[in-house]
Amino acid sequence: MKNVSELLNPTVVNIKPSGIRKYFDIAAQMDDVISLGVGEPDFPTPWHVRQVGIKSIEDGCTFYTANSGLMELREEICNYLKRRFSVEYKPESEVLVTVGGSEAIDGFFRSVVAIGDEVIIPEPSFVCYAPLVTLCGGIPVPVETYEKDEFCLDPEVLKSKITSKTKALVLPFPNNPTGAVMSRKQLEDIAEVIKDTDILVISDEIYGELTYTEEGHVSFPSIPGMWERTVLVSGFSKAYSMTGWRLGYACGPKEIIAQMTKIHQFGIMSAPTTAQYAAIEALKNGDEDIAKMRAEYDRRRKLVVNGFRSVGMDCFEPRGAFYVFPSVKKLGMTSEEFCQRLLESKHVAVVPGDAFGKSGQGNIRVSYSYSVKHLKTALERIGEFIKEL
Amino acid sequence: MNKKILDLLCENARYSNDEIAVMLGVSADEVKAAIAEMEAAGIICGYTTLINYEKTENEDVTALIELKVTPQPDAGFEDIAKKIKEFKEVESVSLMSGGFDFAVTVKGANLRDVAMFVAKRLSTLEGVLSTATHFVLRKYKDMGVDLAEKSANDRRVMPF
Repeated sequence: MKNVSELLNPTVVNIKPSGIRKYFDIAAQMDDVISLGVGEPDFPTPWHVRQVGIKSIEDGCTFYTANSGLMELREEICNYLKRRFSVEYKPESEVLVTVGGSEAIDGFFRSVVAIGDEVIIPEPSFVCYAPLVTLCGGIPVPVETYEKDEFCLDPEVLKSKITSKTKALVLPFPNNPTGAVMSRKQLEDIAEVIKDTDILVISDEIYGELTYTEEGHVSFPSIPGMWERTVLVSGFSKAYSMTGWRLGYACGPKEIIAQMTKIHQFGIMSAPTTAQYAAIEALKNGDEDIAKMRAEYDRRRKLVVNGFRSVGMDCFEPRGAFYVFPSVKKLGMTSEEFCQRLLESKHVAVVPGDAFGKSGQGNIRVSYSYSVKHLKTALERIGEFIKEL
Repeated sequence: MNKKILDLLCENARYSNDEIAVMLGVSADEVKAAIAEMEAAGIICGYTTLINYEKTENEDVTALIELKVTPQPDAGFEDIAKKIKEFKEVESVSLMSGGFDFAVTVKGANLRDVAMFVAKRLSTLEGVLSTATHFVLRKYKDMGVDLAEKSANDRRVMPF
């Protein structure tokens, strides 16, 4: 037999592991490290939600659910999306409950991307889109976003990336890592660019509830004419602090959802049952929890932006998610250099911006999903680091 | 804005005006003025420290005392509440609905001190009909804060 490494799928082998992971491992081996690196909430899941999960186990609700998820959960997802973002879906045919938002993203690409299809992906953004497109034989087409636009997608730049092979556009807003949020007006401008094309859209709105603008989160399918071409992906991880429960969902036209359900049926069967019961409780009685956590994140956001600015760093004001994305260009360092030196000299771990795409070069991602006390200590150390340069 | 300031001070009374100002997106002067105003209006009555005495040498004991009283003509419960709260041993006094009238927390150096205080001072007050003393054995949560030993470990490992 050949060496096993020669028997692997070259498409998979050629995918590079995420750059953030490597960096995190270095930090994990140091003492006294203050991390600003994690990408998940620091709050525990609200107790009433956990209790319902526990009770479902006690009651013996430990079987598979329907492939698409519990009907009651799908109904509550539809109620919630209508109540919060004025988008409407039918629970019977237009909703699929998935293992986190990630599975929904994967399922979308696998359902629509054929070999040679192009998918436009704004960068910097979450690390999963391009590899998942590649796995389908598709071609990821990065489209840069710029600090001068507060990392929003420019419709003209988008237009320049569209070809006859463009199958889909990813809209990852509110954005990880930049914290960028697209307003209704900005989304309408994007809609204008694609409205006469056959481009499908996957709108990854997992951070939708963590939007700090007056206008609040605007869901892309709520823009006239966009519902028909959009799959909305969201989940419970960020809004309800339920990352470990692994529960998300996709909503969209029944033709796409049907294909995604097929893949889900064969690859997953059904999303975790305990998590589904807990999620029903979260949707029914969790609005206040969200509001409380959002207010807390908002305070930290202001504290951290102020912290970077007061030591002389350029830091645009992010309006969503729980990250700030300050620039280190002025300091004459690459992202990687900054992160490495900060980690070595002050034991503070942040993530290089270019781990999220080339256009993130010159920035760093800082998570404020930590207590105020933790953030203050980290900011003090960063301040010392800058002073000593 | 006052409510937001109060929320922050309840979370941590040691936040500086500057810190509060940054977190709320207002000026430090506005915060200072708002706090001064709330202090003057008696909305903010003081700042204290939350201590888990189990971890100190302090061996004081605390008791919750249920008090039944006869309301006084005209003054109702006010007069007697005023008398109760004057004692330095008394930490808190609340008028309650339900089976008794006042819930009084009393702190003393030991069991006997508290017992003697109840017997000699509280139960002898004019209008007091009966007392029931419950000693606090252990406190799990106070002022919204979990007093249990916190594991310093952040379990989160995922950088995404």
